[in-house]
Amino acid sequence: MARHVIAKVEEVDIGKSKLVKVAGRDIALFNVKGEFFAIANRCPHEGADLCRGQVVGLAEADEPGKVRMTRHGELIRCPWHGWEFDIRTGKSWCDPARTRVKSFDVSVASGGALAEGPYQAETFPVSIDEDYVVVEI
Amino acid sequence: MNHAVLDKDTKADAKLGIVDCDIHPAFGSPAELAKFLPVRWRDHLADYGQRSANPVVGTLPYPRMTPGNGMRRDAWPPNGGPPASDLAFLQEQLLDPLGIEYGILQPLAAGSSTLNQELGAAMCAAVNDWQLDKWTGPDPRLKASISVTQEDVPAALAEIEARIGDRSFAQIAIPPRTIEPAGRRRYWPIYEAAEHYDMPIGMHSAAYGQHANSGAGWLNFYIEEHYAFSHSLQSVVTSMVFEGVFERFPKLKLVVVEGGFAWAAPLMWRLDKQWERMRSEVPHVKRPPSDYIRENVWFTTQPIEEPENNRHLLDTLRWVGTDRLMFSTDYPHWDFDDPRFAFKVPLSPTERAQIFRDNAKRVYRLP
Ligand code: FES
Repeated sequence: MARHVIAKVEEVDIGKSKLVKVAGRDIALFNVKGEFFAIANRCPHEGADLCRGQVVGLAEADEPGKVRMTRHGELIRCPWHGWEFDIRTGKSWCDPARTRVKSFDVSVASGGALAEGPYQAETFPVSIDEDYVVVEI
Repeated sequence: MNHAVLDKDTKADAKLGIVDCDIHPAFGSPAELAKFLPVRWRDHLADYGQRSANPVVGTLPYPRMTPGNGMRRDAWPPNGGPPASDLAFLQEQLLDPLGIEYGILQPLAAGSSTLNQELGAAMCAAVNDWQLDKWTGPDPRLKASISVTQEDVPAALAEIEARIGDRSFAQIAIPPRTIEPAGRRRYWPIYEAAEHYDMPIGMHSAAYGQHANSGAGWLNFYIEEHYAFSHSLQSVVTSMVFEGVFERFPKLKLVVVEGGFAWAAPLMWRLDKQWERMRSEVPHVKRPPSDYIRENVWFTTQPIEEPENNRHLLDTLRWVGTDRLMFSTDYPHWDFDDPRFAFKVPLSPTERAQIFRDNAKRVYRLP
């Protein structure tokens, strides 16, 4: 496992995503209500780029005509056939036991912490006070 | 829950050129088509618009998800315009990376479903010119469909005669929801011409047609309409078999586009059984229905049925016949299939070649 600095916190707004390449893998980084999550960019169905999908909530109904919207901004809908995945875990909404997208551990670290530690963020030497998104692979 | 999942990388077979039998080219703007219309019809369109049998003028009968009526969300060309309206981007996103050797264009311009049939004929002619000008001329991998007004048979025949010499056209396109069932005699001159010129008839399911999408009228939801595409094609196949079209035109080729295909196997079983019992009602149908279907009908693969257990897809493909199936992406629509991942089953190299290339090359007479 190594930690990789992949973005500045302010680069990815709430509800938005960013595609990053880390250790040869395409990873889709999401900002869900201020928290960061990262999943593999490839849909397990036919391989579409998940970072090009739509961030959505859930429409649920217990009976015809009674619809409620929940979990706003917490799911990513694949840009092709619309399979939905929980951005926090990579699990599919419909079949979480069998279908999932790989998810990665993400944290936010201050530039100072990064510069002092063993993970020198040498591309950002002038902005040592800012916060960075770090993914662990 | 029914999910087939990519568990390993399936490498694209780079050497196997693919024929994609269902690509939907779009107009960058309505003016693009108007350019190919005579002034009389351009003015008419400006004054009155184009009316089809759809319930709501100027829209599809059902709102589809995503911006732009059911498109892949990543298919919007960077230089503007709707999905599949920009040749360069279509080449970059579809033809080049997926190794598509030939792509059959299926324009959904509704000329054939226009209520004013003279306008419909003019629109079909314009769509045909437009395909040559914008698509097949600049990229010969693309092949056009001869759009015709099947309800005005003489006009359809004139359009076929006008285009038939140009090998940029690969098929004659008719929507499946015709005014009368597709096997009726009124349409036979079109089938006769198609057989005579060895040009397949492509029947593409779509929102357009002369009837509601179910026998009981308009369904409520898009999710129902999407499934109903296969109903109209089952009716087409059944009608053409029992009216004797394939008996009368034994070399006619019918391509069923975007209606699914798994249903074809039980349809054949059922029709054969009924024919054994009731063939005296249709004495002109001399052989079991499945004989005609296996000789005269081909199915494009999208939307592909995805059984809970992937292996069952293999059974289905073999029941229908891998010699009957022709791969299609349906680009740029949301239910697009990627040829690398669409069949998560262990097909033999011969079966793969049949489905992805060989059947289509033979049916469309592609070099
Ligand atoms: S590729 Fe993602 S849902 Fe099909």
